[in-house]
Amino acid sequence: MSRQEEMLEKWQGEVFTYVIGAKKEEGGTRGSVVKAGGEKTLPFLDKEGFFPNTAAVALEILDVPPADWPEELVAAYGGVTANPLEWADACVRKFGAELLCVRLAGAHPDAGGRMPEQEAAFLSKLAAAVNVPLIVRGCGDDVKDNTLLPLCSEALKGERCLFGSASQDNYKTLTAAVTADGHGIIAESPIDLNIAKQLNILISDLGLPLERIVMDPTIGALGYGLEYAYSIMERARLAALSGDRNVACPFICFTGQETWKVKEAVAARADFPHWGDKEKRGILWEAVTASALLQAGADILVMRHPKAAEEIKKYACHR
Amino acid sequence: MLVIGELINGMFARVGRAIEEKDAAAVHRIASEQAVCGAGALDINCGPGSLNPADDMKWLVETVAAAVDKLLVLDSGKEEVLEAGLQAAGRPCLLNSATAEPNKLKRLLNLAARYKSGLIVLTVGSSGMPQGCRQRIESAAQIVEICVETGFPLDNIYLDPVLMPVSVAQAQVGAALETIREFKVISPELKSVVGLSNVSQSAPHRRLLNRVFLSMAAAYGLDAAILDPTDRELMESLSAADIILNRNIYCESFLKECGGAKDGRG
Repeated sequence: MSRQEEMLEKWQGEVFTYVIGAKKEEGGTRGSVVKAGGEKTLPFLDKEGFFPNTAAVALEILDVPPADWPEELVAAYGGVTANPLEWADACVRKFGAELLCVRLAGAHPDAGGRMPEQEAAFLSKLAAAVNVPLIVRGCGDDVKDNTLLPLCSEALKGERCLFGSASQDNYKTLTAAVTADGHGIIAESPIDLNIAKQLNILISDLGLPLERIVMDPTIGALGYGLEYAYSIMERARLAALSGDRNVACPFICFTGQETWKVKEAVAARADFPHWGDKEKRGILWEAVTASALLQAGADILVMRHPKAAEEIKKYACHR
Repeated sequence: MLVIGELINGMFARVGRAIEEKDAAAVHRIASEQAVCGAGALDINCGPGSLNPADDMKWLVETVAAAVDKLLVLDSGKEEVLEAGLQAAGRPCLLNSATAEPNKLKRLLNLAARYKSGLIVLTVGSSGMPQGCRQRIESAAQIVEICVETGFPLDNIYLDPVLMPVSVAQAQVGAALETIREFKVISPELKSVVGLSNVSQSAPHRRLLNRVFLSMAAAYGLDAAILDPTDRELMESLSAADIILNRNIYCESFLKECGGAKDGRG
């Protein structure tokens, strides 16, 4: 036995694999599927075990033109963000997205309050317009989401999407809906591993198997608490590999959402001349945040800038 | 901690009867119940009343394996009974048990190696029941020496420090705890196991003594215990100990986990 072999860790457990998207033969209409999770060791330690699946990179779109996105982010899509279906099409065809995350921001009471029926119809059109697997997120208002998401879940029945988000205070309605319609769920916890674990148990107690849960540990961008998220993800993953099934779900990280609101990504060059080119800076901030999260064990990265997504894909495939 | 369910033992009336009547459903029930309660392995013992222990072991192994996918711990003093169990299992098991007595230990190591199985070895030497931590460690050292000689992997050895009843040999209980920790000094690969119920033999408040000992042994680094997993308070103590020792991530439902396997898997 060589010295090096003696140092290698042997893990008992593994991360569950959640397959997003269902093709025709499985009752869906997706042209491809994305497998998230399945790791048998820590990220990038390929001598200790296998990572059967590359980390997935999703581009994020909204159901309405983005109101609060910085202009260079909007400009990166060349004007299509005014029409969400064209936007989705550009993500897939022009930027090669393997996975699309749509946030139903327009349903929020403060953002126009689009009706659940309207959103469900939009999702049906979206599913017809693009054939990549879908992640669907509510508007973030619990009361609205509890009427909105069940209808949306039903509209996409059989497509095996990922729906979010469930939280410790609001998980029952969404869990029931996705269980019935064959989707998976995003379980969101506030940078707190104890709550993350508890939420997984609560959701699985309602009858949705742990294998259909993806954890959102809540992340911060580089410089904004990224290290807290990192250490929680690392601890959860160590426990999962040691056999704790209740934290053995894949991670989803909303890197775009967190990055494109921090000063370093959006501040004008005129305000901080020594920070350099604004567009490059934002892309780099998102890509660097995402790469750190890959090291922490992220399985799905939801990103906003197509250039940052393109860069991170080159790194993710080495995992 | 690996929980080895002790209930499939011909010594218990309902199991003895099930063996006699070849009542597979009864054995399935006992096996599944233990698995659901959090057992990661099941001890299988035909009991002292068995007339054809090799046949009974074969039947029990086949019957249990059909009900649950758990590590099987074949429990017999007779090598031919152990081999009958290994053949019936058709996969690696854990053999229970050998002592430090070299001739029998070598034969059982050979048997375990042929079936890629593990072996429980009691730290009992030629001088009879061990006294104090030191005698136990001496036996452990002899056992390790023989394993190394024969090329048997140490991570497939479970050392049993031999629990004595607190009502009979009170000082020996603490010595057993010390020994559990010392095993890892000999080699970090070595695992430890106890037959928990011994500690409370012929004492009142048996379940209390069992669960206090188990929690303490967990803190000393015990790797496995043969016990009654349907003793809910015992399993809950173990879950709490795992939380206190930071071996399991705390959450409000920590009691539901029963050693991290509330659904009986993993």
